[in-house]
Order: sequence, then structure tokens, then C-alpha cells
Amino acid sequence: MIELLYESLLETLHIVGVSGAWTLLGGLVVGVVLYVTSKSGPRPFAVVNQPLGLAVNIGRSAPFVLLMVAVVPLTRAITGTTIGTEAAIVPLVIASIPFFARLVESALLEVQPGLIEAARSMGAGVPALVWRVVLPEATPGLIRGFTVTLVAVVSYSAMAGIVGGGGLGDLAYRYGYQRFQTEYMIWPLVVLVVLVQLFQILGDGCARTLDRR
Amino acid sequence: MSEPSIRLSGVSKRFGDTVALDEVDLDVQPGEIFGILGRSGAGKSTLLRTVNLLTRPDTGDVHVGGEAVTALSGRRLRAARARTAMIFQHFNLLSNRNAASNVALPLRFAGVPRAERRARAAELLDLVGLADKARAYPGQLSGGQRQRLAIARALAAEPTVLLSDEATSALDTDTTDEILDLLADLNRELGLTILLITHELEVITRICHRAAVMEAGRFVETGPVAELLADPASRLGASARRLAARLLGDDVAAGALDGGERA
Repeated sequence: MIELLYESLLETLHIVGVSGAWTLLGGLVVGVVLYVTSKSGPRPFAVVNQPLGLAVNIGRSAPFVLLMVAVVPLTRAITGTTIGTEAAIVPLVIASIPFFARLVESALLEVQPGLIEAARSMGAGVPALVWRVVLPEATPGLIRGFTVTLVAVVSYSAMAGIVGGGGLGDLAYRYGYQRFQTEYMIWPLVVLVVLVQLFQILGDGCARTLDRR
Repeated sequence: MSEPSIRLSGVSKRFGDTVALDEVDLDVQPGEIFGILGRSGAGKSTLLRTVNLLTRPDTGDVHVGGEAVTALSGRRLRAARARTAMIFQHFNLLSNRNAASNVALPLRFAGVPRAERRARAAELLDLVGLADKARAYPGQLSGGQRQRLAIARALAAEPTVLLSDEATSALDTDTTDEILDLLADLNRELGLTILLITHELEVITRICHRAAVMEAGRFVETGPVAELLADPASRLGASARRLAARLLGDDVAAGALDGGERA
């Protein structure tokens, strides 16, 4: 039991770690583009903003279980397989990038307009404005948003069992639910709760330390 | 007369149906402190922002240091903005950066190397009396200290012109005087041209050489502050009388101002 639990935990951490890293990168890029090109952003550009916003909304409205099945061809193209841990990461990243991107966008929009005006008055161009002013000021909000995203990724990762992705959710489903072994249902759940708590505490701590307001 | 430091000619700006600026002309001489007095909504804020083109006028030309900034765009406009610094009512400091990195921000935009940025930031913090606060965050400073910090930041890129947007309006009276005295010192010592907007008469009378009163997007009077105050028909003079009456009581105020005019 302990061994199975440990193995599953490692699988979950692997899935969440790799998906989290890609989500952080992709979500930041998409979120910054959404912010910069939005109507109240530093360089409004509807031709980019509207299609991207639509894509993000579609990504966020698709239930994860359906998304996982829908992107199977893409998963195969990227990983060469449709089952296993690597195959679970593809739909996870696709689902969580739009989620995090919206949180990034709203964190950036919350930066005081006066600060942006001050930076422009100093002769900052858009890249310098985003890199030197908007992102540093929004850092605590970005960390909070990423924490929320990571918790969502943990919860999505439990569904990865469907494609044989392994992890704690898979363990609970196969042993606990399908084989009626209640303790296999409870212990993975306990570990998941502890994991989420850890992420939340860590995220809140970082955000608080970096917030000097 | 030498070339004006700031020249606005026929500058107009509309926001929808609202006329914010209506054919405004303005010359500010090098080394001058010019104040614009007006209520909120008079167009002062829009006027100030046409000087560094944070707001682009619909018609009219803006010259800063002889250069037609209204003709600029892109990189050259950003370079012109760096020479025209600005301070604000709510300071607009980066809350997650300490005092020294706030001051160094314009230098980062200008691509100045790190060592030079540090040296210059220390120098400027010293100039505004915050030498011991280099590592403090804006949240740990008082209102007056924050505005000093914002002034140090504004000076970092060695501007020739400083635009002041109600810089003392969020401060108490004593702190206001302290900040105004600092601006007057910088004007004298660095030859800095200052264009300020305010709704506080005391700001005009304390440090401005010339002033204009603005209403509904136009200047209704312009002139040297001393002359406007002495002119019984001027709006600035009338405001001064009203203020004195409010502070001292009608009779005393009338006597004081009459005495002042005879002298």
C-alpha cells in the first residue's frame, strides 16, 4: 500500500510539475499578449486580442474529460502515444494555459494606471513597460494566480487515469472504486489534500513576502 | 527673448462632445516656474499631458526646447519624453521596488549601465534628502518622502523640463510647503523649467513666477503672479482676497490687502 501510494505520488508530482512548468510559461505569454492588446492595455490591437480571447474562452469552457479525448490526435503527434503519463500532460497543459492566462491578464490589469502613465512619461516603450513595471508590480498577484492554477492542475491530474496516466487519482479509482478497497480510496485522497495545502501555503507565503504595498 | 522652453500654439483637444482644450497658446521661458490654476475639469490635466504627448492634441503644435514634439513618434518621441519629466498627485512609485531602484527606473529605460545607475540614484536621493532611505520601500515612507522620491526619480534622466500634476494636492500644508520649497530650490540650482497645474492658490503664490487661470479649456488670464495679485480686477487677485477673508475674517483681510496694495 505504502509503496503504491508513494509511486502514485511521484507520478502525480511528475505530471503536475511538467504541466505546471509549461502552463507557467504558456500562460504568462498568452496573458501578457491579452493584456497588451486589450482595449485598456498599452497597445490595443483587436485583430490579435479577439481571436486569442475567443480561443482562451473555448479552452476554458471545454470540460477536461472531453478535452482530453478531443485532443488525442494532437497528443499522439507530440508524444507519439495516447496513453501513459506523458500523454496525460498534453491535455493538462492545453486546459490550464487558458485558465492561467486569464488570471495573468487580470493581475496585470490591476496594476495602477498611474504607474503606467508614469513609465510612459519616462519614455518607456511597450516591452520595457511590461518587463520593468507591469510584471514586477503584478508579481504577488501572478503568484496567487499560479497557485490557484496549480491546485486546479492537481485536480485535473486525477482524471489522467482515464488515459492510463497514473497518479493518485488513478490509484484511488482503480483500487478504491473498481476493487472496492476503501482504504485505497481514502489514502490517496488524504495525500492529495496535503499536497494542495502545501501548494497553497507555499504560494501564499511567496506572494506575501514579495508584496511591499 | 530666448527660445521658449515649452510652446503650445493653438492646441485643442476634444473627448467626444467635451472640449477639453480650446485653442490654447502658452509660452514657458527657460528657468521659469509657470503655474496653471483651475478647478477640476477645467482642462489643466489634459493640457499638461499634451506637453509630453501622453495626450496627443487634435490640432495645434507643441514645442519643447525648440523641438516640435507633435511631429515625433516612436523612438524619437520616447527620447523627447525622457527629457520632459513628470510628477504626480499620487506619486506613482513602484511599490515592490525600493527607493534606489525607483529612482533608477528612468535610467533602466535609457539603457544606462548598472554601476552608473546606482551612483546616480544615490546622488539624487541625497539631493532630495532621502540618502538614508535608499533601501526603503515606498510603503514605508511618508507622503512627503514619497513625493521627494518621485522628484528624485523624475530628475534621474536629467530632464530640462518638469511637469507637475497636482504634486502637493495629496499632502498636508506643512509637507506641501516643504515640497514647494524643494521645487523652487531645484528650479534655482539646476535651472529646471517647471510647468505645474494645481487647484491650490497657495501653490501659485508661493513658487510661481507667472501663472494662468484656466476655465473650460481656455486661459482666462495670464501674467506674472505679483501683477495678477495686485490687479483688483483679476481672478487670481479675487481668489486671494476670498482666501484671506476666509482665513482672517472679512475686515482684517480687507485691511491687510489694502495695506499691501499701498505698500
